[in-house]
Amino acid sequence: MAHFTKATSVKDWLNQRLAVEKVEKVMASEYWIPKNINFLWAMGMVLAITFALLLVSGIFLLMYYQPDVKDAFYSVNYTIMRDVDFGWLWRHVHGVAASVVFLVIYIHMFTGIYYGSYKKGREMIWISGMLLFVTFSAEAFSGYMLPWGQMSYWAGMVITNIFSLGGLHMDGLVEWIRGDYVPAQAFLTRFFMLHVLLLPLAIMGLIGLHFAALRIPHVNNQDGEEIDFHAESKKYLAGDKAGSKVMRFANDFMSKDMMVVGIYLIFFFYLVFFQYGFALDPVNFDPADGLKTPAHIYPEWYFLWSYEILRPFSVNIGLIAFGFAQVIFMLLPWLDLSPNAVPASRRGAFNIWFWILLVDMIVLTAMGKLPPEGIFSTIGLVAALLFIILWVALPFITKNEKKA
Amino acid sequence: MHNSSRRGFMGKAFGAVAGVGAVGSLVAMKKTWDPLPSVKAAGFTTLDMTIYPEGELITEKWRGKPIFVLKKTPEMVASQTESQKARDVVVGDSHFMLAIGLCTHLGCIPGYNAAEKSFLCACHGGQFNWAGEVTKVPPPRAFDIPPFKIEGTKIVLGEVGPEYKAMKDSGITL
Amino acid sequence: MKNKEPLILVVVVAFTLLTYWLVEPFAHSQMHKHVEGENFAYADLSPISKTGNAQNGKVLVTGAAGCTGCHSINKESMPAAMDAVTAAGSYGVNPPDLSNAGVVYDAKFLADLIKNPAHALKVEHKFDAAKGQMHPMVPFYGAGGDIDQEIADMVTYLQSIAVSKEELTPTMAYENACGRCHAVSYEKWTQIGTKPEFKFEKESLAFDIKVLEYQESLTKYMGKLPPDLSMYIRSRGEHFISTFVENPQNQLAGTAMPRVGVTADTAEKVIEYLADAGDTKRHERASVGKNVMIFAIIFAIFALLWKKQVWRELH
Repeated sequence: MAHFTKATSVKDWLNQRLAVEKVEKVMASEYWIPKNINFLWAMGMVLAITFALLLVSGIFLLMYYQPDVKDAFYSVNYTIMRDVDFGWLWRHVHGVAASVVFLVIYIHMFTGIYYGSYKKGREMIWISGMLLFVTFSAEAFSGYMLPWGQMSYWAGMVITNIFSLGGLHMDGLVEWIRGDYVPAQAFLTRFFMLHVLLLPLAIMGLIGLHFAALRIPHVNNQDGEEIDFHAESKKYLAGDKAGSKVMRFANDFMSKDMMVVGIYLIFFFYLVFFQYGFALDPVNFDPADGLKTPAHIYPEWYFLWSYEILRPFSVNIGLIAFGFAQVIFMLLPWLDLSPNAVPASRRGAFNIWFWILLVDMIVLTAMGKLPPEGIFSTIGLVAALLFIILWVALPFITKNEKKA
Repeated sequence: MHNSSRRGFMGKAFGAVAGVGAVGSLVAMKKTWDPLPSVKAAGFTTLDMTIYPEGELITEKWRGKPIFVLKKTPEMVASQTESQKARDVVVGDSHFMLAIGLCTHLGCIPGYNAAEKSFLCACHGGQFNWAGEVTKVPPPRAFDIPPFKIEGTKIVLGEVGPEYKAMKDSGITL
Repeated sequence: MKNKEPLILVVVVAFTLLTYWLVEPFAHSQMHKHVEGENFAYADLSPISKTGNAQNGKVLVTGAAGCTGCHSINKESMPAAMDAVTAAGSYGVNPPDLSNAGVVYDAKFLADLIKNPAHALKVEHKFDAAKGQMHPMVPFYGAGGDIDQEIADMVTYLQSIAVSKEELTPTMAYENACGRCHAVSYEKWTQIGTKPEFKFEKESLAFDIKVLEYQESLTKYMGKLPPDLSMYIRSRGEHFISTFVENPQNQLAGTAMPRVGVTADTAEKVIEYLADAGDTKRHERASVGKNVMIFAIIFAIFALLWKKQVWRELH
């Protein structure tokens, strides 16, 4: 057994048992961050804060929500929105945060792509991040079922039908996932379980992995500079704070994180109170009706680009394209064959590739929502083909890239 | 050396036993997700085929899904192609279009345009004619026909009769 | 080294706004046709040319025109001939009480309604006299004098007994103009009135059965049961409701819903009633929202000052 002495202070008492000083050093004061980074590096903290908002608002919604097909709509729209004091606030915060979290995830993701932050030992950061994207998507989808409105029901119908896998006709699998021939009670309760227990557990585990993956390779910087963290941190600790190329995570970088969070929260609460329509779709304020499809069915905005990749093709090719879109981002560290971990602006053809991909995904997003008719359908098809071509071309573009 | 390889073997054997337990519990978990017996048992609906007006689409409900019933007018019956005729459900001397009213693409309910006697799916723009055949993709095939059994002037949905079996065998429906 | 942050911020904001504009305002403008409000002017109806006389109007309404054969005027102690359920059984829908019709409905509309109900209500596609499809409300063919004068008299009478515009509450407006077809369960409103608190379950069930009987007649009359409007303020929004009420055919050609003919003021009150039902906490949201915004700005300022202090040593 370890040797314990009489504690001289509360901190000492904790230190003997939990090594809090060491933990504090590893996690904060001697977790070294490069100085040459911009506000895009604060998106991780913005995401953590948004996740906390989702968790807290979710806990309060959970106290009044009824996962029953007869009562779900009422418990959300009457009990929570009218009866419960500030119930409307939790719902608006939860709904808006669920939408905004994806905006920040996309910014975070494209930051990583732009600066090459998935290379040279940072592959696990990228993979754990993409796994978080997938679990967040599942979390968003399962949560969207819960108010049991028209969009909940029909999105549930359409998305679970994808598992019949087109020409394979796996109707048994679809019925197994639903627990019924159509989305009904069994379906609602199991998605409720996924949304409030299993997926949040997975997300929290993955967040831990994502942070851990960051510790050894350190975060990237905006100049693609190789920093000797050991030497630079010594310089800092010796008192040359201004001369060192690195800074502490806390309080140095955290103070900037919080500044960005502060500005973000102004934007966030403006959406919560005054501009929430994009996140709380009007159609979902009609109760679920299995015998009436809404005039337009579309997923939430953050799924539109992959939905549009499914849509313009015949069913089997559409599904293959859709499957391709789901996994391809995960493979980015191996499709980009260039060893250069520098900003895209210094990478020639890759820079062009990056901006085309970004614009193409915005075009796909827009076409995914518009009715699939006439010119929109053609643009959608072209954009979907372009998406696939871009990814197939990536290894060829990066193979002969000059050393930057 | 001998000892440690023996230890290594026992470790693997223990792992294998634990694996069997894990797989066994997965079976239980899979079964728990299956549709309940009560859900499966509620899967039969009887329709009286004498009550349908000619040329008008009526939507019934079976296993929570909409069922389209369209009694064809004599003009429709006369103008049918061979493949359309093969999809007919004939009760007495009446011809019916009987189908699951869900788009075969991703399961939305197509709307019926009575003037043009055709169906349009709002989700992805698929179209069907009054015989249930696809006239515009993405739907991969004509409307599915629910399992049915003809009993006099009635039809039982959910039971498999000889007419349905013939359709299934010839690939008219899935 | 040059600070790139402003440029990066501009790029991020520009792409965000572009995406937002594409999936929200632009996509919705493509999906739903835009119907412009006409300020409840009912330009297709001709104005009343004669000056009405309330006294003569009363004689007509209660006598020769036969209005009170079907309509009650509770304010003048003229009860309905039958209860709501029986009336719906006969006419499809319970005819409205006329006590406040003069303030709820537009005068031009009332005049046209008395003369030709199917025309005023814009349901001629459903009730075509030539095909023998008669609207349950019998047109007024005149009581022997100048028909326009007689109608002007009746409208003036209805206006004279109605409460003033200021006294008309949102609930009164809704119940009279919409409530006989549309339930609002979140306000406990059914087509036959507000459901009271019953002490015994049996009485409560008996009330529910009456509602179901009424709904059965209504369904037969309208083709389908008109929807419960509890959440319509969130699912359809103010603009849609307002233009739909003004002329349902503009939004949904061929619908069985009649033009209701309410005044602009009544329409505003109906919307207020629906907002109270489906967006009850909107005032709280606005006031809390203002305070939270002020707090968020102060929070950001303090965060900025803290950052500046910490970073002073780093440069």
